[in-house]
Amino acid sequence: MGLTCQSTGLGSLQEMLKVNSDSPDNIVIALAGNPNTGKSTVFNSLTGLKQHTGNWPGKTVSKAQGSYIYQDKKFIVVDLPGTYSLFANSAEEEIARNFLCFIQPDVTVVVLDSTCLERNLNLALQILEITRNVVICLNLLDEAERKKINVNLQKLADQLGVPVIGTNARDGVGLQELKAAVYRVAKGEITNNPLKINYNEQIEKAVELLKPFIEKIVNGRINARWAALRLLDGDKNILDALNLYLGFDFSLNSDLEKLLRDAKEYVSSIDINMRDLVVESIIKQAEALCAETVVFKTEQQNLLDRKIDSILTSKIWGIPAMLAMLGVVFWVTIKGANFPSAMLASGFDYLEGVLTELFLAGGAPSWLHGVLVLGVYKTLAWVVSVMLPPMAIFFPLFTLLEDLGYLPRVAFNMDNFFKKASAHGKQVLTMCMGFGCNAAGIIACRIIDSPRERLIAVITNNFVPCNGRFPTLIALTSIFIAYNLGPFQSLWAALSILAVVVLGVSLTLFISKILSRTILKGLPSSFTLELPPYRKPQIGRIIIRSIFDRTLFVLFRAVMVAAPAGFVIWLMANLNLGDISILNYCAAFLDPFARFLGLDGFILMAFILGLPANEIVIPILIMSYMSQGAMLELDSLFMMRQLFLDSGWTWLTAVCTMLFVLNHWPCATTLLTIRKETQSFKWAFLSFLIPTITGMIICFTVAQVARLLGLA
Amino acid sequence: MTEKIIPLHLLPTGSFCKVKELRALDNMRRRLLDLGLINGTLVESLRRSPSGDPTAYQIRGAVIALRSEEASNIFVERV
Repeated sequence: MGLTCQSTGLGSLQEMLKVNSDSPDNIVIALAGNPNTGKSTVFNSLTGLKQHTGNWPGKTVSKAQGSYIYQDKKFIVVDLPGTYSLFANSAEEEIARNFLCFIQPDVTVVVLDSTCLERNLNLALQILEITRNVVICLNLLDEAERKKINVNLQKLADQLGVPVIGTNARDGVGLQELKAAVYRVAKGEITNNPLKINYNEQIEKAVELLKPFIEKIVNGRINARWAALRLLDGDKNILDALNLYLGFDFSLNSDLEKLLRDAKEYVSSIDINMRDLVVESIIKQAEALCAETVVFKTEQQNLLDRKIDSILTSKIWGIPAMLAMLGVVFWVTIKGANFPSAMLASGFDYLEGVLTELFLAGGAPSWLHGVLVLGVYKTLAWVVSVMLPPMAIFFPLFTLLEDLGYLPRVAFNMDNFFKKASAHGKQVLTMCMGFGCNAAGIIACRIIDSPRERLIAVITNNFVPCNGRFPTLIALTSIFIAYNLGPFQSLWAALSILAVVVLGVSLTLFISKILSRTILKGLPSSFTLELPPYRKPQIGRIIIRSIFDRTLFVLFRAVMVAAPAGFVIWLMANLNLGDISILNYCAAFLDPFARFLGLDGFILMAFILGLPANEIVIPILIMSYMSQGAMLELDSLFMMRQLFLDSGWTWLTAVCTMLFVLNHWPCATTLLTIRKETQSFKWAFLSFLIPTITGMIICFTVAQVARLLGLA
Repeated sequence: MTEKIIPLHLLPTGSFCKVKELRALDNMRRRLLDLGLINGTLVESLRRSPSGDPTAYQIRGAVIALRSEEASNIFVERV
């Protein structure tokens, strides 16, 4: 199966090392830090960009770049993936390390979480070993204050030997000071004198032995002491990196080899392993720094977090609370979307009348009116009126949960199931992203280090219904499953959708397990998950961000696909092949097979034509049925029900269609993303095949069993 | 010796311990070290997941969930 760097997305990670700078005069800044320290928020506040932020570790899986102007100088800011250390244990760490080490930004800003300084300093100290041009950004000061944690910034700066700037990036506090410090370090106005970590006598001796030789070779391009330490540590990939970036093959140099052998003799007299000793020295240094600079005013800093967790992750309430929360999100979405959807639909309907009159008045030929108004315009109108309201409600609600820090708790609650399927616990986080958009879910899979578990997460991501599919599910449940239930209608609709999602999650686990037993054999890799503190969400920013960054983005994509799709479907319905239309011809061809699955030929064809985007499946279906002459006007969900009933739908058709919405091929964007992330057509093809076959089996079984029992 | 050395996953929730020895190897060991788990680190066992595993621990100011596979390789002494 060849799980090489190439096939696991490392290739695309390497790409990120390139800095897009339009002038050599620009100052390049790298942002480094632990996951979930508000690094992305600092990035956004500095650059004014809207990099997606969220309260869960690993949010920034790809490197983002932006820029700002300060004192007439342009600063390019590179947001590195969040890492706990720079020992290159994972692809992200290697990227961050190689960037700091070999690309050598002019200034590195290390973002630290003030509420968890001790662990954060570990990374800062490692970075200080690589470069002296560092500014420490002590972020989340407000949170620290709330938790009664007091950090002595001046003392910390004195000890570290680099500027320390306190910030509260969410409110923009301290950013001017940060920019000023970065400027001064870049200009050389501040001379840093970074803290040097002292290792034990043997290591220091060994380093002294190697350093002069390395200094000669690297000629100031990288820190010789740091390189000596890594060579002593026997770090294999640092050798490759040195070779790649400096063009010097250390393994071929016999002088160095001899020196290294001698140096290693010193170290081998220590009875514990070198890496442990190095890490321990750094951690102890961080501990000592904290002891001197941090004051905890209370013993118990996160009492509230613990109280909330004791409900949201408790044995009894953990899972029910999770389902309830998801159910409420669906219910609010359905309930809230009803009215604006109807409003939009009648608005578009009115406009259609106006457009038609204009066409008639202008004496346009009827085929032109057909293609543009009945084809393109009608499909667009449907996509917007059906898609926009649920998305505009669902995205902010979901972003709210994300911002609060609830998603890692979901991963915590669900992890055991994933462990049993030999999958990674963080797969849940990638699934959560999949709710928004499966392509985004696929990219989020980068947070999983093990190539095997990442592929499982990639292949199964499609079992989570994305936002392009929710409106379809909502429409179908509303008009069939939960129809005529009076005041409980939206409650039932929400419960049905919850059931669909639970089925999707079960299928994810089931398929993951099968994959782990067959083509992706293996045991779960090591798993650590940070549960970040709950944070007060910024409601205003959530709404703006989720409407503009997510809703409009997804809607735009859908509209771009819907317009040509409307064009094509109108042509298919109106161009004849012999004496029947192409549309009918194709549908008739698909019909016998589709009937086996509890669908009909038009439904299956709508899914096939909906490959570019799932949002257009229902509009295509409506167009197809309407072209059969069943109905000419359609302005409400009730009419849609009537149209579908007239076209031969039963409750079974609705159920099978919903099941097929959940389980069929991923949309084209998702498939392309899979191809890009896995660097392999084979995995993209499997990601196409697996949900499709699963869907067909499920639909077939449901349809046949129901028919056999005489239920439909 | 009254104190007993036990693997971390057997530590009852709500109690504290100090790390004595890390028996994990390779990648798992490096990850645990990155979290600041070295000899003498204070760890509090907070709570178990609804399904029994993983368990959340308070480690150096952060809450980290570890599966029993990881925790069983960390040997600790109750304090």
